[in-house]
Amino acid sequence: MTMSTTPLTPEIVSQDGNAMVLSMGPQHPSTHGVLQLLLEIDSENVVKAEPEIGYLHTGIEKTAEGLFWTQAQTVIERMDYLAPSSNALCYALGVEKLLGITDQIPERAQTIRVLHMEMTRIASHLVWLGTHGIDLGAISVFFYCFDLRENILDLQEATGGARMHPNYVRVGGLNGDLPDGVLAQLDALIEKFPGRMRELRGLLQANPIFQDRTIDVGVLSPEDALGWNVTGPSLRASGIAYDVRKAFPYCGYETYEFDVPTRTEGDAYARFLVRLDEMEQAMRIVEQARRRLDRPGPVMIDDPKVAAPPKETIALSMEALIHHFKLMSEGFRVPPGDVYQAIESPRGELGFYIVSNGENRPYRVRTRPPSMYNLQALKGIAPGNLIADLVVMIGSLDPVFGEVDR
Amino acid sequence: MAVSPGGFMLARLDDVARWAQSSSVWPLTMGLACCAIEMMSVTSAEYDIARLGSEVFRSSPRQADLMIVSGRVAQKMGPVVKRLYDQMADPKWVISMGACASSGGIFDNYAIIQGIDTIIPVDVYVPGCPPTPDGLLYAVNLIQQQIREGGRGGILARS
Repeated sequence: MTMSTTPLTPEIVSQDGNAMVLSMGPQHPSTHGVLQLLLEIDSENVVKAEPEIGYLHTGIEKTAEGLFWTQAQTVIERMDYLAPSSNALCYALGVEKLLGITDQIPERAQTIRVLHMEMTRIASHLVWLGTHGIDLGAISVFFYCFDLRENILDLQEATGGARMHPNYVRVGGLNGDLPDGVLAQLDALIEKFPGRMRELRGLLQANPIFQDRTIDVGVLSPEDALGWNVTGPSLRASGIAYDVRKAFPYCGYETYEFDVPTRTEGDAYARFLVRLDEMEQAMRIVEQARRRLDRPGPVMIDDPKVAAPPKETIALSMEALIHHFKLMSEGFRVPPGDVYQAIESPRGELGFYIVSNGENRPYRVRTRPPSMYNLQALKGIAPGNLIADLVVMIGSLDPVFGEVDR
Repeated sequence: MAVSPGGFMLARLDDVARWAQSSSVWPLTMGLACCAIEMMSVTSAEYDIARLGSEVFRSSPRQADLMIVSGRVAQKMGPVVKRLYDQMADPKWVISMGACASSGGIFDNYAIIQGIDTIIPVDVYVPGCPPTPDGLLYAVNLIQQQIREGGRGGILARS
């Protein structure tokens, strides 16, 4: 991958035969964002594909260095905009590790975090499935997917206050407990989900056109997948059952029962099946988390260094007021050190390498965005295929450019 | 419009043209960031932008009437957005969707253009991070209103 500061224009590579350079993107309906691909093509066949990134470079890592530890989470959440909460959680877990308060997070907060993560995973895969369907000409899939996603967004809106970037997960716990009525909404979603999944599978899984377009397209061998550092569903479709939730559990994932779906074919169809299976496994975790939510409890750590005092005490106690003021105007300080924290985001291993020098702002927040590493693999699998198949390959790798360029 | 005794509809040609034009504002398929996902949501069954006649997202700027700048515009993407706008045929309209496109939003830094109105004229700004799909629907409504009232949107803004 290359990243220059100005948009690239294709150059003529050769005057013989049908060889030419074709620029695909950055405005293209099936590049899933602002990806530009410089393709060397020989008639319809791709000879070389060079992804050109940086069209959405937002400077999030640099901006985070100028913000308080809690404020930085706001910009970090806008990296992977299909699964905003997973960015926030990963960052919060990292900061908690630096603060040494990982064990003190209340159990209910952990459960709600897991619940949110898995719902985000389903919502993210739904967007992927809907857009992947559109790329291949199956428009109706999109409507089924977005209808179900809408239910999940309603839940997010109810808990965090925003549809897409709720900033609900905080360092030390959560922004607040689940409001009334959310559990009933959640139960309705759990009820609706299996039927909707059957419909989604019915639309695509045995569809001969879909199979023709995806089977044996973009085959990623296990060795190549490891070589390109691919993670997430794309890796598991190549037969390697690596899942951060199982390998390095966080938020109590080791106490939930779920399988890690894998396939061995490594083609676009296998990646499709793995993601569909993953959505069902995610729902299994949601159901287990739902059962644990009947027990009430605190959702924020009881540590005045990190957590603000309860709202009702602020008007009554001078100490609480001062404490609140200090925390909001100065933030908290984090002991010097560095930490790497990874979680399984819908796209793979999302990691944050966070460095603190003891200030109330992060010294450095380095991201390991799964999409970026997954996208690299495109360079390896694209040559020798048709341009039409390239669309399938980009879709099946599920890149999110907010995260690639960040 | 009035119905004459013979069963004819009488209207000024201008009104008919504006009515037709305002009911077929076709947006350009240009997703940039988070807002693009909400832009996709407006085409879904829940919000159904087809009610306004704007569900036909065109991938070619030549066939589009409306540019929805959905998300943060990086310095590198700026020239591309400008070029796409120039390639669109007149009359054309621009919606600046979300805080980042309107003003840079929370990304007040070296990488993001602080408001796309510094590079192209904007007709409607939609606040929010990201705005709700309802917000975007309202913005399309405002564009339709502008057309029906005889405004020329982007062209007026440029002169």
